[in-house]
Parts: sequence; C-alpha cells; structure tokens
Amino acid sequence: MRAKTASLIVALVGLHLTLLLAGFVAPCDPGAQDRDLPYAPPTRLHFVDASSWHLRPFVYRWSAGPDGYFENKRQSFPVHFLTGGPAYKLLGIFEAKWHLFGVDEPARIALLGTDGFGRDEFSRVLSGGQISVAAGIAATLLALLAGSIFGIVAGYYGRLTDESLMGATELFLSLPWLYFLLGVRAFLPLHLSPARTFLLLTCVIGLIGWARPARLVRGIVLSARSRNYVLAARSFGGSDVYLMWRHILPEVLGLLLTQAALLVPRYIAAEVTLSFFGLGVNEPVASWGNMLSTLQQYSVLVSYAWLLAPAAAMVVTSVIYSILADTLHSRLEFRST
Amino acid sequence: MKAIARLTLLVCLLAGVCMAAGPSPEKPNPGEELERAGQVSGHYGGNLTIGGRAEPKTLNPVIATDTVSREVIGRMMADLIDINRASQQTEPALAKSWKTSPDGRMFTLQLRKGIRFSDGHPFDADDVVFSFAVYMDENVDSPQRDLLIIDGKPLTVTKVDQYTVRFILPRPYAAAERLFDGLAMLPKHLLEKSYREGKFVQAWSLNTAASEIAGLGPFRLKQYVPGQRVVLERNPYYWKVDSQNERLPYLDELTFLFVGSEDAQVMRFEAGESSMISRLSSDNYNLLARERDRMRAQLADMGPSLEYNFLVFNQNDLRSKKLDAVAQKQQWFRELKFRQAVSAAIDRDSIVRLVYGTRGAPLWGNVGPGNKQWVNTAIPHPQRSVDAARQLLKSASFSWNQAGQLLDSSGKPVEFSIITSSSNTQRMKMATLIQDDLSHLGMQVHVVPLEFRAVIDRVFQSFDYEAAIMALGGGDADPNPEMNVWTTSGTSHLWHLHETEPASPWEREIDQLMQQQMITLDYGKRKQLYDRVQQLIAEHLPFIFLATPNILAVANPRVGNFHPAVLDPYTLWNADELYIRTPIESAAAR
Repeated sequence: MRAKTASLIVALVGLHLTLLLAGFVAPCDPGAQDRDLPYAPPTRLHFVDASSWHLRPFVYRWSAGPDGYFENKRQSFPVHFLTGGPAYKLLGIFEAKWHLFGVDEPARIALLGTDGFGRDEFSRVLSGGQISVAAGIAATLLALLAGSIFGIVAGYYGRLTDESLMGATELFLSLPWLYFLLGVRAFLPLHLSPARTFLLLTCVIGLIGWARPARLVRGIVLSARSRNYVLAARSFGGSDVYLMWRHILPEVLGLLLTQAALLVPRYIAAEVTLSFFGLGVNEPVASWGNMLSTLQQYSVLVSYAWLLAPAAAMVVTSVIYSILADTLHSRLEFRST
Repeated sequence: MKAIARLTLLVCLLAGVCMAAGPSPEKPNPGEELERAGQVSGHYGGNLTIGGRAEPKTLNPVIATDTVSREVIGRMMADLIDINRASQQTEPALAKSWKTSPDGRMFTLQLRKGIRFSDGHPFDADDVVFSFAVYMDENVDSPQRDLLIIDGKPLTVTKVDQYTVRFILPRPYAAAERLFDGLAMLPKHLLEKSYREGKFVQAWSLNTAASEIAGLGPFRLKQYVPGQRVVLERNPYYWKVDSQNERLPYLDELTFLFVGSEDAQVMRFEAGESSMISRLSSDNYNLLARERDRMRAQLADMGPSLEYNFLVFNQNDLRSKKLDAVAQKQQWFRELKFRQAVSAAIDRDSIVRLVYGTRGAPLWGNVGPGNKQWVNTAIPHPQRSVDAARQLLKSASFSWNQAGQLLDSSGKPVEFSIITSSSNTQRMKMATLIQDDLSHLGMQVHVVPLEFRAVIDRVFQSFDYEAAIMALGGGDADPNPEMNVWTTSGTSHLWHLHETEPASPWEREIDQLMQQQMITLDYGKRKQLYDRVQQLIAEHLPFIFLATPNILAVANPRVGNFHPAVLDPYTLWNADELYIRTPIESAAAR
C-alpha cells in the first residue's frame, strides 16, 4: 500500500512538475516551424557509431529523400544536458534560455517527431499539457467551489431553497454542453487571445459542471445537519454560517477531494474535445485538443503514429488521477469505518 | 423433380443477371446522325461505382447548383456544343455543326437528325427552343440565366426548321459557343406541362420516378436509394459510337455512393467498394501512392488546376454597417504598400510543399500555369523577402516598437484576423503558415476557423470580417466566367462588393478591358486585353494570390479509358467511354 502511494505521489509530482517547467524540459520552441521537416519521425537516440560505444547519446539529422526521411550519418550530434537554447519564460515569469537537453544546430532533437509544420511534437505536448491540465484543474476548482456552496446551502436550508437549487442542477445536468458552447462562441468576438479563450473555457466547463458535486454535497449535508453535535452547536446559538463552516464543511471535504480527482481528467477531456472541434485554444498556441485535431484527416491518422502523443499523454494523466481518486476513496472509507 | 428445380433456379439467376445488366444498346441505324468518338475502344458490361461526398439535392438540371447534383445530372444530360475537357476546345455535341455570322452575333446550329431521348422520344428543335425558354425564365431563376443575358438583354432563339436553330446575341460575344457547354437540353414532351403550370422548380426532384426523367446523356436514372446511392443505367439510344461503330456507353451501370467526406471516399476505395475518386487532396493522393504496389491503382496527377486560393482584405464600404473595429483597420487594407508587403512576406513555396505536398503551384496572379492558353507569363514571380516587405511598410509610415510589434502611423499595433472554412484543412494550413510568415513583420494575426456557410455569409453579406482565405475559379479556362470577379458590378467582386462606381483608375481600366475582351472575337487581341487585366491585378493586389492545387484523381486498375482533365468534371467528362477491363487487360495495362 505504501509503495503504491509513494509511486502515486512520484507520478503526480513528476507530471505536474514536468508541465510546470515545460519550457525547461522541452528542447525547442513549441511554436517554431521548420518547414523543411514536416511530419519527420521521432529522432533516434544512438549510443553506438561505426567505431565505438558512447556514454553520451547522440543523434543524426533527418534528411528528406524520395522515399521519405533518412538519417544523414555524415555527422553526428551529441546530446547536451543543461544546455542553452531558445528563450522561454520559466513559470510564465522569468526569462530563461536553459534547457534540460538539446543538440547543436543545425541538428534538431524531436523525441516525438514533428507535425505538419515541422514543429517539435514533444515540446508541443508539454506546452499543450500546460493549457489542457491547467484548464482541467481550474475548471474543477470552480465547479467544486460553486457545487459545495450551492450543495451546502440547499442541504442545510432544505424546503424551497433545496427544491429550487436542485431543480437548477437538473437543468444544468440536462444541458447539451457542446451545443451550449457553440452558442456561446457565436456571441463572442471573432478572435480571442489565448488567455481569454483559456478563461472562457475554464468558466464554461466549471460553471456547467457544478451541478453533480452540488447534489452529492447536498446528500451529505442532509444527514450532517441533524447530527447531535450540529444540533448542540445550534442550541448554543451558533449562526448558520458558523455551523456550515465549522461543522458541515469538514464533513464534505473528503467527498470534495475525491470528486476533484475524478473531475480533473474529465474536464481535461472536455477541454481537449472543445479544442479538437476548434472551439478552444487556436493555433499557433498548442493544446492537446488542437494538436489531435490534425488526426481528423485519414491520411495523417494512418501515416504518422507519433502525432497520437497528446492522446497518450491524456491517457497517462487520466490514469494517474483515477488511481488518486481510488486511493483517496479507499482512505476516506477506511477512516470513516 | 430436382432437375426442374435446378433449371428454374438457373433461369431465375440468368434473368436476374440480365436485369442487372440494364438495357442493351440499340444498334445504330442509318437514319441517325451519330457522333463517332475517334480512337475510342472498349467493351460492354460492368458497373462502375463512385464514392461521392454528398447526396444530390435535385435531378433538375436547370436549378441544380451543387457540385454533386451537377455531377450526376451531367451524366444523364447533354448539351448542344461541348467543351472537350482534355483539349479545352469546343466540339460538336447535339449540334453536329454551327455557323457564326461575320459580325459574331448570329449562331446557326444544325442538330443531329434521328437521335432520341433516353425514353425513346425523338429530339428536335422544339426541345431546344423549349429548353432555352426555361433557362431564361426569370421565375425559374436558373443559375445559368446570367450567362444568357448579355448587356441586360436575353439572347433570342428561333426554330428555323425541325433540325436547325438560330441564336441571335444582343451584341458580339467572344467564344460564344462556350456558352452552350453545360446547358442540358430538356425533353419538352415530359417537362412542358409542369413548366406551363408554374411547377417547373418542383419537377425532377429525387422522388420523381425514373420513367418520368429522360435526357440525352449516356446514362439514365435507374434507382435512387435515399442516404445510400443513385444508380444510373445505360441510355440505349445515346448518340455517340466508338471507333468500331458500337454505340456508347460501354458501362451497364454507373453508381454514385454517398459516403460523406473525402476521407470516407478513400477508405471505400481502399476497401474496393468504389472504383474511382474524382478529386483527391495531395495527402490522400500520397497515401494511395504509398500503397500503389498493393492496390495497383491508376493515380493521375494532371498538374495545376484553374482554381486560385487567395487572401482577401475587407475593403467594402462599411458606412451603413456597425463595424467600427473593422472599419478602423481598413486604412491598412486599402494601402497598396501594406498589401504588397503582405504578399512579399508570404512564403508560397512553403504553402505548395506543406499544404499540397509539392503537388501544386505557387500563384502571383489570377491565372495559373494550368491555364496555358490565357496565362500572362510576363507577370513577375518575386521570391519571398521579409526585408523587401519591411521596406514597403516603412515607406508607408509603419514602424516597429521595441518588442518588434508593427505599429501604424498613429501608433496602433497591426493586428487582424483571417477567417477560413474549418472544414477545409488545406486552407486552415495556409492560414497557419501565413500567420507565422506575417509574425516576422511584427503583425499579430489570428486564425479564425468558421463553418463554411458562416465564412460565405460574412464575406458576401454581413462584411463582418477583416481578412479571409478563399478560392475561386476552376470552371472554365476562358476569361468570360471571370467577369463576375473582376468587374465592379460583379457578384464575386469580393474585396469591394456592391461597388457603384470603380473606386480607383485601375479598377475602371479593368472594367473597360473585361468588357472589351468579351466582345473581341480575335483570340490574339483578347489575349492582349486579358494579359493587361492580369498585370493590373498583380500590381494592385485586390487579392493576394497564394497557390493552386494539382488535379489529382485515382481509379481502380480495371477502369479503362481513365483520362482525367483539369476542368470539372475531372474524371467523368468521358463517362461514356469508360469501361471495365478484364483481368488480363488490366495486367497488360500495367
């Protein structure tokens, strides 16, 4: 159990740290096009050349031939660690030029190949992951905040308040959100900056998603409000806000944590879906959704398997969060028994 | 008893095969003036299945506007004079010959004698007069009507005798015989009633019984299955014969499947469910080329098409619209040096390589290298130059701030959006490349993918856009269909629609040149006039031309006489000559 928890923590921290430091981990500028290398396959790392073994990996340049790309073995390029490269903003604030690894020009290291514009897929998966995962987390926080407020109020006051708020949750649960978003998009200006698009996505996904957590929270509050310690606190003159904050909210915290672990991958998928259909973040900014949208073309889907990398990243992220939800659920259940 | 049962089964099977094979072609008889298709040979039999992207909307040739309907209808109908898609020249069709008066206004057409519609009814001058009356009727509102109204006056059609028809044009019209291409001759005996009752627009819908539809094309309607397919069968009375005096077409049936998208067309083709794709993107062409050894498909790259993709800036008059944000940016868009700088910064070679996989050609004018007869080869093809673009912007009082952002003379950053159809991946790619190219000039460009109809609505109706990537052309090599685009009053004069007066001297000159070339009968003189039009367009850049794709098509190795052309319909223009090869013939053809 401990080993599983430790692995989970390592995976969670590793995933988020990698995405947070995407500019440092990525060897290339995610938006930089290399028009001589469209759809280049992943760069191969070599340890052996014609003469001997090397401890430091090296790469060859891709050259275009009549039958596709081939490795130009006339010159090898060693992989450098903690090396200089294209400028980026670390954590979105600090100007930096250091990268975890890279190779000297004119070679390029594209661990996951390149897309149709010759952009490094690995760098774009990391950069796109920042947008997709951040949108998922922010939308989850928003949904849980709104859901817990409405859920606690509905469960605590009951009667008309409960009925009207739960009626609203039914309305939101039955909303076809993709069409709703299409409608919202039609009212907005033609072009939105990536930051505004991100905010819009987060708000829409979060605000549509509050209904389910609200219903769950309400269920717990309904039973919690009639517990003896709540009744005792009320008889001592505790105000409604005090009771909700001090006695009822702690009851639902466990549920909110589990819900968070479940909702993050779901909302990442929502962002990916929207960007896939061109409703989310647009080119040249990367998101897993708009990267995957090129696979709508049959010829791309069957020819360039490395362009499925964002889907693989999404699966890995979802699995980590699912295990987290499972672990949290088991622990909370164990604690309550 | 068993023997009787087997015999019955065999008879039933044979009857089924015979019924599926469709009607046998009638033997040519001496009273018919048939057209002999020179070197064409093949043999009868077989069904050719084609994967279409959508379902036809109508089978009425007069009101059909969508490509799919026209593709199906075109196989069932015939015109008086046809443009041969291979030679791009006119050739006799239902009219066996024609004479033009010296002033170029009168055309006298001799019709073929003894030929019949697909229901066996004879064809004569009454059908021609009836057909033109329908095409020119304002109430029917045919899309071809505009072509037949010259200077606001309709052409007059007179029956001289049963097989002679005279057309008088309001004024001389260059290449007037090309007008007849695509105008299907209608059976008066079937359609006159609905026309007189004012119900012509409802006639020949997809629900009309096959027996009520007849044409003079190589095929006739057999079956329509909603959502699945249209099946055409051989017209046994078709008016063309091959080199062996055998009546065409060779195919028993021609089936159009409705598959939804180009990708679905490719998948059906790979699965062997369809035998031909009329137009392919370079990505799918290259995909099939990689599988050539396995599939042995006949891949055809016919070279650059007549279509031109372009970037257009909104220069419309927006005074009556509440579009202040767009109107403010129009001072950039109307500045010639701004448009020249954008043109200089665009890397057209990259567009051809990355968008068309080298199966296309860069463009600097409205006539591309595919139109050999009319292209002005003197138009310069400058290489991409960011430095030259920067110089142009500097000379037009643009400047750059410390962050490298381009500012106009009032210090406002240059930022605009390009709309394009989200369903067209090639134009989406072009937009992304242009976005990157223009970022080197400090311009901030946003690519906005919109649903196709939304793009059309913004460009043609609401004018609520800043720039757009679109495509035009491709119908005919002749300059006359381009009148709509380049003359001030044209309905596709996209950069400035509904212009009452030419906004500039060069637009006025283009108006005069286009009108002049339309009434000039001599090809050399017309070419000079149209060369000047192309030069003015290339100099003043109302459109910034990008690239044209090659015409790419594919067919199963068993399809014989597969000769695609650069003019629409690319592969089915010779549907009457297509035939199914035997396996031995297919092997020999390889």
